[in-house]
Amino acid sequence: MSLPRALQPSASLKACAFGFLGFWCVIAAFPILWITVMSLKDPIDAFSSNPFHVVFGSATRETGTGVSAFGLVLGLALAVGAISAVPALAKGLTPLGGRFVAWGLSSAATLVGLLIAAFLLWPGVTGVLDPWLGIFGRPMIGFTVDHYVSVWVHGEFYRNFINSMIVTSGVVMISITVGTLAGFGLARCRMKIAFWILIVALIFRALPHSVLVSGYLPVFVNSAAILRPVLGEAAPTLYGMPLPVIFVLVAINQPFTIWMLRSFFASIPPELDESARVDGCTYLQAFRLVIIPVMWPGVITTALFSFLLGYNDFLVTSLLLDAQNQTMVPAITSFFNRETTSTDQVRAVAAAVSITAPLFFLVMIFQKQIVSGLTAGAVKG
Amino acid sequence: MNARTFAWFVGPSVLMMLVFIAAPLVSVFIQSFHVTSPVLETVEVETCTPGFAAQICETETKTRPLLDDAGKVITSTEFVGLQSYRNVLELSRVADVFAKGNWSGLLAIDFWKALRFTLTFTFITLPIMLSTGLAIALAVNLATERIKGQVIFVSLLPFIITPVIGALSIRWLFIGDGILTALLEWWLEADIAMFAQAWTIEILMLFYRVWHVAPFAFIVLYAGLQTLNMDSIESAIIDGASRWQRLRYIVIPHLMPLIVFLSIIHLMDSYRVFEEIVGFASESHVISLQWITYDFLTPDDAGNRSISRASASSMLTMIGIAIILIFPLRQTWRDYYGRKI
Repeated sequence: MSLPRALQPSASLKACAFGFLGFWCVIAAFPILWITVMSLKDPIDAFSSNPFHVVFGSATRETGTGVSAFGLVLGLALAVGAISAVPALAKGLTPLGGRFVAWGLSSAATLVGLLIAAFLLWPGVTGVLDPWLGIFGRPMIGFTVDHYVSVWVHGEFYRNFINSMIVTSGVVMISITVGTLAGFGLARCRMKIAFWILIVALIFRALPHSVLVSGYLPVFVNSAAILRPVLGEAAPTLYGMPLPVIFVLVAINQPFTIWMLRSFFASIPPELDESARVDGCTYLQAFRLVIIPVMWPGVITTALFSFLLGYNDFLVTSLLLDAQNQTMVPAITSFFNRETTSTDQVRAVAAAVSITAPLFFLVMIFQKQIVSGLTAGAVKG
Repeated sequence: MNARTFAWFVGPSVLMMLVFIAAPLVSVFIQSFHVTSPVLETVEVETCTPGFAAQICETETKTRPLLDDAGKVITSTEFVGLQSYRNVLELSRVADVFAKGNWSGLLAIDFWKALRFTLTFTFITLPIMLSTGLAIALAVNLATERIKGQVIFVSLLPFIITPVIGALSIRWLFIGDGILTALLEWWLEADIAMFAQAWTIEILMLFYRVWHVAPFAFIVLYAGLQTLNMDSIESAIIDGASRWQRLRYIVIPHLMPLIVFLSIIHLMDSYRVFEEIVGFASESHVISLQWITYDFLTPDDAGNRSISRASASSMLTMIGIAIILIFPLRQTWRDYYGRKI
């Protein structure tokens, strides 16, 4: 895009813009980067008031765990290699089953590869070569993965991870199935009621979630007694179970989902499914045969936002799930409420970074879809 | 599309919203006028201890919960009218404050303290969020296309991060002698404890919220800038409008619908402020309306949840969001439909 000369900003203005953007990027990324660095150090270093101690981890190095210059270069090379392998791998896999499947598969494969490289290949190679490399093989930066090991293995964080995955995938699948049908119906209906459903959904969007939870809690806790006349002795107590929470989160997310999908389906020309109906299809057949093949961009964008809602939720999951079915985000409060020693604090940091890592990959892969989703809701809605 | 087909398509979604949003609302409304409590019975218990000549017997009356056959506590629900609302609002203490005229006393009462924080939080973050988002969008527009992707990538990180984790990550930079507290101490040459008083925590919360939502404003406004009509900018330049005037009279009016959209979404979301309280662990200094309900719903030491008080505070919270949203929504409605309601 080239602007006419008169519209081009002056050099000083441009410099200001660059400076401001640089400043913003530092602010945006710094807290996340910093807690990642903190999670890899001994507690003394992690909460040190001297930033150099945090970055270079002098106390961590004293305890004998550190990474040498050679190890650092090797690690960086492995990471860069793995990340640049994703697009190439995805390109190779695309003929097998669509672009998104290929991207998903290749990212998963890369992640597994990275984990193997980090926990087997890298320690092996540096362990053998470091003693031979003189100054380049000496530990330079303090570095330890102890906190991750203690959180995931001893703290049994993997259970919370599995619970999070169950809740989140349930939310995404049900919310998309229900939402797509409703979105299509609302986009193609010219009756007044469609408009009012959307307005009521907008009002529901404004409700604080705690209001809804105070409605669910007494019912869920006493559900066994309430449902006994209907279901007999098999009546379940809904409190603490993942499935009711999935439904609650789907319902909370439904207003946003149907608004977004309605505006997406409205942008698909109605002639497309009308012609199918002229050929004798019912609405459902037209939807299945004509609309489903072209709806994936909009659906994937909406699915991402459902994923974020399910994954990031604290309030609903912490009140409605029992300890056994707890997801990751509420579980982390148990880490930082314990917080008696500074080791516990660094464990909480490591758990926090573990929760953030999948989101980081999500942005890397789906940046375009997230941006289009954010703007679509605003511009068309 | 006829009504029948429409019902089949929309049915599941509407049903879910009715069961999981509308029905709880009705039940919260009813619960807020009722109190469920265990049925108590008063019994006379005679306890005898062996004494020297004769047993020493004492009779005392005890209250204990009635149990049913299964050994569970029998509860009864009774209509109490506005009692729960009175408990939440603590009107007697408020009347006391009015009588004595010491206004700081009002902010010692949980509900009013939370209301004060929630409202200031909502209305302070709104303009900061909009101006930060607009500034980033304009800066990206001024800089080259090449860095656009990178800036958007970095900006999305604070936006998608789990709110509790985001608040925690900022807290950890300041906690104890964290690096940023150390930096502030060195700069201001004063001893600083960020988490010892309410106002410093509130500043961190405001910062966190702007950090978290400004990317959304940036991306929406940046998309809006792309549809700007270049001809009107050019004619403004020919008329001798300065850059500031162009921004004030052309760019911002063009973005106005988006700014209204962002404001409405922001009012809805920041009125719900809750995760900050958990992330910054600020219960003893700063609380919000949603947090009060959450606190009533969390089981206390005896395992009881004060459902009726939670319902009352929920209803009050809802009245608040309705009052805040009614003006912008009515305005938008008039702009789009030109009708009066």
